Amino acid sequence: MRPLSSVPSGDSSPEGTGSQGLAGLLRRIARGDEEAFAALYDATSSRLHGLVLRVVRDPAQAEEVTQETFLQVWRTASRYDESLGSAQSWLLTLAHRRAVDRVRSAESAGRNDTAYHGTTQTPPHDTTAEAVEASLEARRVHTALETLTAVQREALQLAYFGGYTHTEVAAMLDLPIGTAKTRIRDGLIRLRDAMGVSR
Amino acid sequence: MTAHDIHALSGAYAVDALDDIERARFEEHLAVCADCRDEVAGLRDSAWMLASLTDTAPPPEMRDRLLAGIKEIRPLPPETAPRHRADDTVAPSTEAGRRRFGWRTFAAAAAVLAVVGTGTVAAVELIRDDSSQTLTTAERVLRADDATTVAVDLPGKARARVVRSVSENRAVLVTSGMPAAPSGKVYELWLQHDNVMVPAGLMPKGSDQTFVLEGDAGNASAAGITVEPEGGSDEPTSAPIALFDFSQAT
Repeated sequence: MRPLSSVPSGDSSPEGTGSQGLAGLLRRIARGDEEAFAALYDATSSRLHGLVLRVVRDPAQAEEVTQETFLQVWRTASRYDESLGSAQSWLLTLAHRRAVDRVRSAESAGRNDTAYHGTTQTPPHDTTAEAVEASLEARRVHTALETLTAVQREALQLAYFGGYTHTEVAAMLDLPIGTAKTRIRDGLIRLRDAMGVSR
Repeated sequence: MTAHDIHALSGAYAVDALDDIERARFEEHLAVCADCRDEVAGLRDSAWMLASLTDTAPPPEMRDRLLAGIKEIRPLPPETAPRHRADDTVAPSTEAGRRRFGWRTFAAAAAVLAVVGTGTVAAVELIRDDSSQTLTTAERVLRADDATTVAVDLPGKARARVVRSVSENRAVLVTSGMPAAPSGKVYELWLQHDNVMVPAGLMPKGSDQTFVLEGDAGNASAAGITVEPEGGSDEPTSAPIALFDFSQAT
């Protein structure tokens, strides 16, 4: 099932829709260019929504978070600062932070999130599996992930996809306090190096 | 926390694996550490690739809703460099506008999150008003070139810091280990202007908070915390449990 999106998800690599391209779109969006917004949405919505869905898990809540993220992009595109990083990572950070804030505030508000699990955990994983098969980039990431130690990989995935803090990750993996953050950082660096080599 | 320790948070920061207090601390550090800024930018690009594992298109209706919704939202202007504003006094009209961002805005944003239906664009009306702006106010203050900090130790192991940026005209309270207010009471925040304490919002419950004080902090001489009856007071009814004298800020 191909998502209805004019840019296939497999083409959303840094080379494809490129940082420069996205940064250019953000500049146009800041001037109120709706076509640029549509193009940016088409180029990034699968990546952003997929990540949000993975973290939030509940499809309805994930839709809210993704939608709010894109509204925030429209409204605050002028605040993107190229000197602080690529456009794609700015966008993904907006989405991820919202998703993480959502699951953490649900947790602290004591919402009955156990109730969600039974009904909603499976669909995201099915669609995820599809996307993995479809995306060349994802295959490269899988290969790159194999260069990480098991602990680095687990720590990184719990933090990034699970939305857990490094302190929580340390407890979950029985790591000495303060070492999970190092594993996460090392894992990201190895991932970057491995992806750089395979390019 | 030593300088070495704080550098080591770059990876956890890049994937949002810090709690609010650590995030605020690290962002203070980022503002002064170019190496960490570069590293975070690089690590976030790794995260972008990692996220390719989860690519999933949102429902097609979302695109239509957003394209309709944005027509009603005015994009924010670029931030004209704060350093140029630092010496200017803030015009009254701007003050009135800015006054709306504060703890009430947090409450409003939270309400919006609860109310937004995925099928409604009416919610756009509410979102455009406050939420995205508010979420970054604390960050902007903590990262401001002119941010200064006053820290106060409280009974027990509690600590509170107020970080103020004159150019942003805002102050942010960062607490850790705060004991809960007594039953039926709340912590209220104040900004002192010409020896008058002006209400600056009620502290949310929770021991570790990062909270933007309501009101213009740029020309305030101090900030304070008092214990007040539930709902807060218009003027302090008890001596402050903490006072942050901006003339002592570093």
